[in-house]
Amino acid sequence: MTAEMLSLSNAPLLFIIAMAVKILVVFGLTMGIVAYATWVERKVIGHMQTRLGPMLTGWHGLLQPIADGIKLFFKEDIIPTQASKIPFILAPMMILIPSLITIAVVPFGSDLVVNFGGKAYAIPLQITDLNIGILYILAMAGLGVYGITLAGWSSNSKYSLLGGVRASAQMISYELAAGLAIVAVFMLSETLSLREIVALQSGSILDWYIWKQPLAFLLFLITGTAEINRTPFDMPEAESELVSGFCTEYSSMKYALFFMAEYANMIVVAAILSTLFLGGWSGPTPWGPVNLLGKIFSFMFFLMWIRATFPRVRYDQLMKLGWKVLLPLALANILVTGIVVVLQQ
Amino acid sequence: MIKEFIQGLSITFKHLLPGHSTTVQYPKVKLQPSERFRGLHRLVPTQDREKCVACYLCPTVCPAKCITVESAENEKGEKYPKVYQIDLLRCIFCGYCVEACPVEAIEMTGNYELANYHRDDFVFDKQRLLNTK
Ligand code: SF4
Ligand code: SF4
Repeated sequence: MTAEMLSLSNAPLLFIIAMAVKILVVFGLTMGIVAYATWVERKVIGHMQTRLGPMLTGWHGLLQPIADGIKLFFKEDIIPTQASKIPFILAPMMILIPSLITIAVVPFGSDLVVNFGGKAYAIPLQITDLNIGILYILAMAGLGVYGITLAGWSSNSKYSLLGGVRASAQMISYELAAGLAIVAVFMLSETLSLREIVALQSGSILDWYIWKQPLAFLLFLITGTAEINRTPFDMPEAESELVSGFCTEYSSMKYALFFMAEYANMIVVAAILSTLFLGGWSGPTPWGPVNLLGKIFSFMFFLMWIRATFPRVRYDQLMKLGWKVLLPLALANILVTGIVVVLQQ
Repeated sequence: MIKEFIQGLSITFKHLLPGHSTTVQYPKVKLQPSERFRGLHRLVPTQDREKCVACYLCPTVCPAKCITVESAENEKGEKYPKVYQIDLLRCIFCGYCVEACPVEAIEMTGNYELANYHRDDFVFDKQRLLNTK
């Protein structure tokens, strides 16, 4: 008996239950990883700098994220006088929410076949499969900039305003190259659905797009790092001064939201990178979600490793790299991909 | 450029491997500061009183002007410091006071845990300085 694809029309109850479970698991897991990524980062960077990182709260500081959370909730929350209150409060959420909802289109396993009312249904392990998945990702990635600009503008502080402007300039310039790097992938796959892109790569490791599009992979790696403002591209936070850039005026939980967004963004970029170039959930092991998580964790470790190793670049170097190196390379890659695709037909 | 990139990454990775951490879990484990470490001052006692003869050399030499000495004479006709105070909030722990003292009445100890909750608690008077170990 072949399984029918589950949809709202053929089994509404099962569809709603499955959807709720998927949403809970994916967001729960994401937030859990976000919380513990802060601990892992402190540990990894600590050891790389020949110190230990947190040790006191729980075994090797394992309860540190919980302690931090409690502390942040009870810290005094300061809103500067004459700050524009509503945008000031909304800004952190405007950064966090887009990165969280981007996760919705990332497939994390093969279909799960479930018997329901005597019929077999295939539940796709993905919150939703949009046939314009990649465009959705690019659109959502673009939304985060509003939060940053708003945070800087509404703070009633010159540091924040300049930080916000700087951050948005950076994110916009890197988004271009990131988008173009992705374009090369879907020229190859001829689909915008992430589910199908993974399916195209699921044969063996050799089918992964990293082999066909090494340049695009590299470009997306760099632009992705810049887009989520990780070292060495963490200009929004500070250039040479240590005033936290656009979030200078934020305190307590609102400040923490920015950092939750940073880690959530890491997960998102890692998930997209794995899905587009490294076969997503398919391979090398038979367990889909494990594969994807493994790839996400490896990428996050890589970002932490980079952070512990390299100093941040200067702002003009950053802009130069974005506009004069990455963007032309991405365009050239599209041109070459286009020629190859046409010749193959 | 690629070579340097990988070199940098490998250096940090080597440090990640166990056995490289040099941190001391401070409040639980304490390191012994070296002999030459300049921590909190101490007035050296001798028999029934402090060694200090209230000569005013240390407040004179102190670059931070944080030593207050007021001399007086005791019943045996010896000069002694009626008031001897060091304001540790201003002290820069340069050790000049120790060098200047002609009778070695003041010395510096390895005591470095000097945190307090009130500004007043940083003013060390004669009694506290005499009791410093
Ligand atoms: S250590 Fe230096 S600054 Fe401190 S009391 Fe002595 S002379 Fe003054
Ligand atoms: S230099 Fe020595 S003897 Fe003179 S006042 Fe200072 S501590 Fe006392």
